[in-house]
Amino acid sequence: MKNSLFKGMYHGIPIALGYFSVSFGFGILAVRCGLSVFSAGMISLTNLTSAGQAAGVDVIAAGGTIIEMILVQITINLRYSLMALSLSQKLDKSFTPIHRLIASYGITDEIFAVCSAQEDRLKPSYMYGMISVAALGWTSGTVLGAAAGSLLPESVSDAMGIVLYGMFLAIIIPPSRKKLSVLLTVIIAAVISILFRYVITVVSGGFAVIISAVVAAAAAAFLFPINDDTNGE
Amino acid sequence: MKTALYITAMAVTTYLIRMLPFTFFTKRIRSRFIKSFLYYIPYAVLSAMTIPAIFYSTGSVITAAAGTVVALILAFFGLPLIVVALSSSAAVFIAGLLI
Repeated sequence: MKNSLFKGMYHGIPIALGYFSVSFGFGILAVRCGLSVFSAGMISLTNLTSAGQAAGVDVIAAGGTIIEMILVQITINLRYSLMALSLSQKLDKSFTPIHRLIASYGITDEIFAVCSAQEDRLKPSYMYGMISVAALGWTSGTVLGAAAGSLLPESVSDAMGIVLYGMFLAIIIPPSRKKLSVLLTVIIAAVISILFRYVITVVSGGFAVIISAVVAAAAAAFLFPINDDTNGE
Repeated sequence: MKTALYITAMAVTTYLIRMLPFTFFTKRIRSRFIKSFLYYIPYAVLSAMTIPAIFYSTGSVITAAAGTVVALILAFFGLPLIVVALSSSAAVFIAGLLI
């Protein structure tokens, strides 16, 4: 029990370091959008996700509706359902429903990736160790970014504004290079998103992301269905 | 107050998305189309979120473009996420000093 807790925490350290610098950028972004340091920290602590939070802050800044917020979160975070589904097949017997209810809080791209790579079945304590360290890095980075963002020279905080987007590019470019289908998905989504920004400007930012993503993913799924043995990762 | 409502909506939605399948769903998805759709959706979402928003993320389209180019090149060569993200930011900073 203790061993797997520490193992989880240890495996969580690189994740937390990466999160810290990215969430620092998120903190700056949140404050720029008019949120308080406390609100920014609460968003990170309760959501533990980068893309969903960045989009959520956009919705808040634009004064969007709650329905829009919910739809934006569903679309952007839908991938977690698939990851949760995949991880649920890999759980140890000690993973009772209560543990599942708690551990599901921490299913992120990186935690999913590390957990999937484990040979043994997952114990609750292992996931708790990893999630707590990662969440600490994510939340503390956000709070520091939000608080110190205003103390930093503008040239530095301007430069931090691109960190999250840089990470997003680092996620989508390598698979686009390997798979034509992914490249096509990325291009279709980008083109539609550009159209919404400059041509069909009546659609708000959150819905523009939803529509762009759903159309691109559906087109790719129609044109290039994945093989049944590919497990969606 | 409105902000608290937004944050609650975000947190509850995000939690349910993770919790429902993790706790209750044990069957396998059979539809090839849905499996494919779920496979492509993260890339589509990230692309739509990044383009063109990345060009407005730094307060200057020129410095943002410099950061974007650096991120694209490093990502193309498969460098770790954190390296790509921070180098992109460094490129924006340097470009900001030059213009």
